[in-house]
Amino acid sequence: MTASTALQESWSKLGKFAPTLPEPLLSVRDLNVHFPIRRGFVIQREVARVRAVDGISFDIRPGETLGLVGESGSGKTTAAKAVIQLSKPRSGSIKFEGQELVGLSTSAMRSVRRKMGMVFQDPYGSLNPRMRAGDIVGEPLKVHGLATSRDDYRSQIASLLSIVGLAPAMAERYPNEFSGGQRQRLGVARAIAAKPSLLILDEAVSALDVSIQAQILNLLQDLQEQYDLAYLFIAHDLSVVRHIADRVAVMYMGRIVETANSADLYTRPLHPYTQALLSAIPTPNPIHERSRERIILKGDLPSPLAPPSGCRFHTRCPIATDVCSMTVPELRSLAPDQRAACLLAPGYAESAI
Amino acid sequence: MNRLPLPPNEPGAARTKNADALMTEDPPTSSPPLLQVRDLRTSFHTPHGDITAVAGVSFDVAYGETLGIVGESGCGKSVTALSIMRLVPNPPGVIESGEVLFEGADLLKFSDKEMEAVRGDGIGMIFQEPMSSLNPVLSIGRQITEPLEVHLGLKGNRARSRAAELLDMVGIADSRRRLDDYPHMLSGGQRQRVMIAIALSCEPKLLIADEATTALDVTIQAQILELMKNLTSQLGTALVIITHNLGIIARYADRLNVMYAGMIRESGTAEQVYMTPAHPYTIGLLNSVPRLDRPASDRFDPIPGEIPDPGNLPSGCAFRPRCRWATGRCEGTEPVLEPFGDRQKVACFESGAVARSSQVAWT
Repeated sequence: MTASTALQESWSKLGKFAPTLPEPLLSVRDLNVHFPIRRGFVIQREVARVRAVDGISFDIRPGETLGLVGESGSGKTTAAKAVIQLSKPRSGSIKFEGQELVGLSTSAMRSVRRKMGMVFQDPYGSLNPRMRAGDIVGEPLKVHGLATSRDDYRSQIASLLSIVGLAPAMAERYPNEFSGGQRQRLGVARAIAAKPSLLILDEAVSALDVSIQAQILNLLQDLQEQYDLAYLFIAHDLSVVRHIADRVAVMYMGRIVETANSADLYTRPLHPYTQALLSAIPTPNPIHERSRERIILKGDLPSPLAPPSGCRFHTRCPIATDVCSMTVPELRSLAPDQRAACLLAPGYAESAI
Repeated sequence: MNRLPLPPNEPGAARTKNADALMTEDPPTSSPPLLQVRDLRTSFHTPHGDITAVAGVSFDVAYGETLGIVGESGCGKSVTALSIMRLVPNPPGVIESGEVLFEGADLLKFSDKEMEAVRGDGIGMIFQEPMSSLNPVLSIGRQITEPLEVHLGLKGNRARSRAAELLDMVGIADSRRRLDDYPHMLSGGQRQRVMIAIALSCEPKLLIADEATTALDVTIQAQILELMKNLTSQLGTALVIITHNLGIIARYADRLNVMYAGMIRESGTAEQVYMTPAHPYTIGLLNSVPRLDRPASDRFDPIPGEIPDPGNLPSGCAFRPRCRWATGRCEGTEPVLEPFGDRQKVACFESGAVARSSQVAWT
């Protein structure tokens, strides 16, 4: 079976609106990442398990941005770590450029990682304070043997620094001499050093001040255009995600509850959780803010050790009925390029899986 | 939840009525304000030199109103709050000069003991990190009853039932039993609810919330903010919301101060500052925020450059190196906050031109 027929098959499983678009760069199918909780002295018994990622599927096509959105504990970061195999999936498939990553050996994974850059949230914690900026940015070049000579190494670093808007002379400095925004630029320079095709951005702008955040978002957009990069953009802030993402997947307690292209998700959210998330964000417009009714969700996130039965959102859902606690909703195509997992969503009952 | 959880014969009851009456009038002109901060200056003396965190800040808070203080990291918004509470860590922090008049009395002249009475009784404060503000080895009941004993003289069972009432008030179910819980048994949102219960336990006239919801998830953030706003308006408590989030201020604040590099750069009602911003920094901030209330834009028009090092501020207007309207005059002289139209104030020599261009941008 060729890759494309396998793909067609999985798409047809996904829904009736199988896209006729280029092959995905990254294709995740039914991914499960579970963390066992062990107790006991000599023999460690598994007493419980946290289903951090519980059967999610998504695609990212070349040059495209998928926004993965959710609150703390939704599993968005665990999903991203599974993509670069930093956390081991229990089951499922992760195909990158047609290659299956689940079960790949460490050495084979290393050469795949060259094609995947990662930018983390904390620009202070993710840069080694004892390394000079140049060596931080150049490390992927060393690891993957991408510099032909010392001079080549230096000139590649200089050009990477100028690409992200830093002066090449800053290569000699240490991370503590940089501001938060400049450090995040360093993190981006390191992530693109090995010329990847996919960048995983895990809350990459969340810790930055708004004026700096806007600069970094502009930088990311420029880089994407210039180098045809695909982004897996993980964030809790839906307003930031709208700005950068082509498509958005909303996660709640390990599952994707809604996925759609940006325009539809923001104008016509179908899942009550997406509606509540959007409604919870205050906009910088006093007239709009004071006239609008907000959906305020009751209660806290349930414990991931004992997730609610049926739809995991039913304990906080403003429209939940008895059926929601008994049946697990599937992600169904409810509109072109829009899928939601809500038993009560318009059209859910009539639609196919 | 809707009933005012005031014990009988408490002066707070009268206070609430008073504040309601005031709310119908124009608060800043009808009576002396609750809080008047005058030319407040706070510095930190560090081995690497002196840092002026608050460089001459003046503003008022009227009885019962909600004031927002907005700005990015290092702008001095939190140090302003800590200075009002006299909680600036010393050393290295020193309140150099100014006045903090709370109901007419200058808190900066108070003894430590007098100040202790003001904290909690007069002014309550909620911080960003509820885990580090709560004592991990004391039950939450103990932590709520402590201010009730110290400030209100409630003892034993009376204090305990009042504490349970307070937990009810902040929306923690099964309150009697929860009094024996320890902070680690609560979620982040519940801890912040407990912090609100403690801060409001003695019915202060002013509540300061310093990035109180920043660490919380958006859906929990919305719960906590609604709770804070509803309780303070029920109790007639004035509220100062300190945040970097322009959306929160737009929703909850009557008036706001925009701070940058230790000074207020623009102030006014929320409508004025958001709809007709007249300081280049305010405009830059508004252009940097992704906005769900407008069509998606392709690119941001962000403020260029970096937030300046507070130990090494540029001469003249501190915003000058990042400002597209800056002229030679901005380099030599620091602009002061001056009235701009009705109740709006701006610290910018070019405010007229800036405001005109911002109106063009809006239409």
